[in-house]
Amino acid sequence: MSAAEGLPEPAPAPEPAPDPSVRLFEAALTAARLFAVDPHGLGGVALRAQAGPVRDVWLSALRTLLPALAPIRRVPLHVGEDRLLGGLDLAATLTAGRPVAERGLLAAADGGVLILAMAERAPGSTVSAVTAAMDRGVVSAERDGLTLRHPARFGVVALDEGIGEDEGLPAALLDRQAFRLDLERVAPSDAVVAEAVIEAEGGEAVAEARGRLARVTVGDDVAEALASTALALGIDSLRAVILALRAARAAAALDGAARVSETHARLAAEIVLAPRATQLPMAPEDAAEEDQQPPDQEPPPPEPPAEQEEPPPENPDDQNQDDQRQPETMPDLDELILAAAAAAIPPNLLAQLQLNRDRRSPGRGAGKAGAPQQSRSRGRPLGTRRGLPRGGQRLALVDTLRAAAPWQPLRRRERGPLGPDANIDAGKRVEVRPDDCRITRFKQRTETTVVFVVDASGSTAFNRLAEAKGAVELLLADCYVRRESVALIAFRGTGAELLLPPTRSLTRAKRSLAGLPGGGGTPLAAGLEAAADLADAVSRKGQTPILILLSDGSGNIGRDGQPGRAAAETDATAAATRLRLAGHTTLFIDTSPRARPKARELAAAMAARYLALPRADSLTLSNAVKAGTAALRPTG
Amino acid sequence: MSLAFPFSAIVAQDEMKTAILIAAIEPAIGGVLVFGDRGTGKSTAVRALAALLPPMEVVAGCRYNCNPDASPAACADGCTLKAGPRPPKRQKVAVPVVDLPLGATEDRVVGALDLERALSHGEKAFEPGLLAKAHRGFLYIDEANLLEDHLVDLLLDVAASGENLVEREGLSVRHQARFVLVGSGNPEEGELRPQLLDRFGLSVEVTTPKDLATRIDVVRRRDSFERDPEAFTAQWAKAEAKLRRRLGKAKERLAEIEVPDHTLETAAKLCMALGTDGLRGELTLVRAARALAALDGDAVVDDSHLKRVAPTALRHRLRRNPLDEAGSTVRVERAIEELFGP
Repeated sequence: MSAAEGLPEPAPAPEPAPDPSVRLFEAALTAARLFAVDPHGLGGVALRAQAGPVRDVWLSALRTLLPALAPIRRVPLHVGEDRLLGGLDLAATLTAGRPVAERGLLAAADGGVLILAMAERAPGSTVSAVTAAMDRGVVSAERDGLTLRHPARFGVVALDEGIGEDEGLPAALLDRQAFRLDLERVAPSDAVVAEAVIEAEGGEAVAEARGRLARVTVGDDVAEALASTALALGIDSLRAVILALRAARAAAALDGAARVSETHARLAAEIVLAPRATQLPMAPEDAAEEDQQPPDQEPPPPEPPAEQEEPPPENPDDQNQDDQRQPETMPDLDELILAAAAAAIPPNLLAQLQLNRDRRSPGRGAGKAGAPQQSRSRGRPLGTRRGLPRGGQRLALVDTLRAAAPWQPLRRRERGPLGPDANIDAGKRVEVRPDDCRITRFKQRTETTVVFVVDASGSTAFNRLAEAKGAVELLLADCYVRRESVALIAFRGTGAELLLPPTRSLTRAKRSLAGLPGGGGTPLAAGLEAAADLADAVSRKGQTPILILLSDGSGNIGRDGQPGRAAAETDATAAATRLRLAGHTTLFIDTSPRARPKARELAAAMAARYLALPRADSLTLSNAVKAGTAALRPTG
Repeated sequence: MSLAFPFSAIVAQDEMKTAILIAAIEPAIGGVLVFGDRGTGKSTAVRALAALLPPMEVVAGCRYNCNPDASPAACADGCTLKAGPRPPKRQKVAVPVVDLPLGATEDRVVGALDLERALSHGEKAFEPGLLAKAHRGFLYIDEANLLEDHLVDLLLDVAASGENLVEREGLSVRHQARFVLVGSGNPEEGELRPQLLDRFGLSVEVTTPKDLATRIDVVRRRDSFERDPEAFTAQWAKAEAKLRRRLGKAKERLAEIEVPDHTLETAAKLCMALGTDGLRGELTLVRAARALAALDGDAVVDDSHLKRVAPTALRHRLRRNPLDEAGSTVRVERAIEELFGP
């Protein structure tokens, strides 16, 4: 696709490349070296790879490069907040007779590296706790009657075991990590070879670089070049530029250079900015320039390259922000760096990006349709909270006892030896009060309600209606198995009617379907409005609506019930827009014998999946809907 | 704790900076919500606010930040009563900007029995929570949209009533908790519950600057701050002091600012044109305009102030019109244009 335009053959850019697998892993090791120089400053590494020897080699290389005493803490997927943030150490508290706090994993990783296992599936609470600590270098918690504040300056290696494009790390985490590595295509044999290199090299070079890091200076031109490169590549977040700047500094420190040179900036652009690109640089004259660049674009191997030419003799140490900027002094550097970054953009990145953008259309956003919601009594446990086990909520016994434990001496003393149950040895009884009660919170995928919106007008042939009815019945049987609800709205004549409110009852559905009459005008707008109303109601109840619209998409009755094609179309488009903005998931099945572009446009207006099924019987129809909704259904 | 990035060194994001200053000048506005892209300095700005606020007077030693001039019955500890008939001892302290960290438990937010004293002395004593700490100051919720539902409910209740009522372990404590709620978050990570949204007086949408010179400035300042926080802060000390004086003066002047009738009328018209629910919108709009006039050193609120604060004060109060694709900001701007002319 357009990846080839404006760029000189991006894929094989640097020289007669060795083996891509070897190169990939070398780049990964370069990232590891830079990261080890400044783990906290560079945020971390997003490491996409399945569990296996390649990933292990990379991690052990990182271990070698980090200082010997730096802690490396692994955070399991379903870590509890108490372990992550810290809290009351109950055993120690009871023994000592005073509150003893326990450090969490975040605080324990201070000065080292935190490894997030299966980070692509990490719950939002874990991610935000980690990112908050990354931002501030401090973990603060207000828990269990304690106020905790510990330094937590760590880098985060997020292990991404996602398969396919729609699994990936949370954006909040990715934004804060300088490096994104993909080791999927690295052959284990190449990794093992590289391991020997790192082992021979040891951590000394990196340790020296760490010592030098604070003294490395950066010229204004480098900051400018990185900022403009980020802009040209369509990278919005300013964190990316800041991280690239730090990476350039780390690269200079590794080189033993006192000042960030063009080579370092280029490396930083390639390794930090390129993977974040959302567009290719546009300017044609840049493209012309770049044609002369490729020979220089060899990714500078980390160890050797002594800094080539010094950047222009611009007052280097000047940190004065009032200093006049000279935007056009070094156009060359900007272009060089942009070219380097552009060449390093993975060839399929932009295609993927388009996919992601489609996927993140409204409706897939968290907190909306399809999002997991907290239910009272079912699903995966999500921790506990204070409260009485009422309304079917479950008591978390262990947490309740934990909560009660510290107060026992006080309560015993309070009650005195002659409490209401003085005959029982009061000293051996755990006194639990309502305040101690903890209830388990659960997280559950929302239930789905499939809403059929059927065009029952004369323009849709009568037999279509019969097919639609049959399809609904077939689907209903299927939905019943999956414990989903089904609803049916029909529109004909002058308005829409909710024939079947959301139900799971097969018999009830059959009864209301049997009485579905056909014929008359096509009040498409009214039908869509009714569908949107019902979908809103369904989502308010915490369920996820999926709308299936069976129509030919040509309305001739306006919202006011008056005939008139033009008004009807305007109204229908407005109603479709409402559906889209509400973010409801919709499948448009065009039932007209000849699919017309208008129906497609309408589907686009409601951001629906469009499916033309001119000659469908109820079985094909129900199969198509099943296939269609399977794609629409929130992934679980 | 490490040094905070100076408020005056924050590049661009003028709407956000003004909104935060307005909320600091006029606590009655009801706080600010800052929603927007990642890495736009939302948290930085809020955390920088603490350094700008002029110190406030409290009763010396009071755990609830009691105002020495308030009625003596207000304090849960009875701090002003302890002193007897004499006026209580005063003390100047920094205005609290309290962070509500994610994962905070309820007992630490509202307050609970003092664990230490319960364990070591077997005494029952109330340990005030974050709400007490934030009294007369600011309560900052980063990622407000990720806050647990039961904590949101609790905050709403306290923010509405201005006092915190604790009934636990046989303790019954009631203390004042009036604070300015400041929230920030990224809408991509989840939306804010409408009830909580409504609590915020002002709402700001921040976006990443797209202009190269601004972006370079941001990066450069951030970089020099990180390399040498002390030097950077010292370099900005003058600007900070200037802003602090301006803020202090605005606070003093606020009561004297005149709001002419025709301005009130214009505010009402604007709110009617936008169909905002209830009177809160109008009230906030006028209060914000007055605070802005105070900040600008103007004696009278006029249309230009209204115009400048209207998007901030109103954009989150519009009824969602699902047919209007333009964001609420655009709708407010459109209404302003219609009312005031281009």
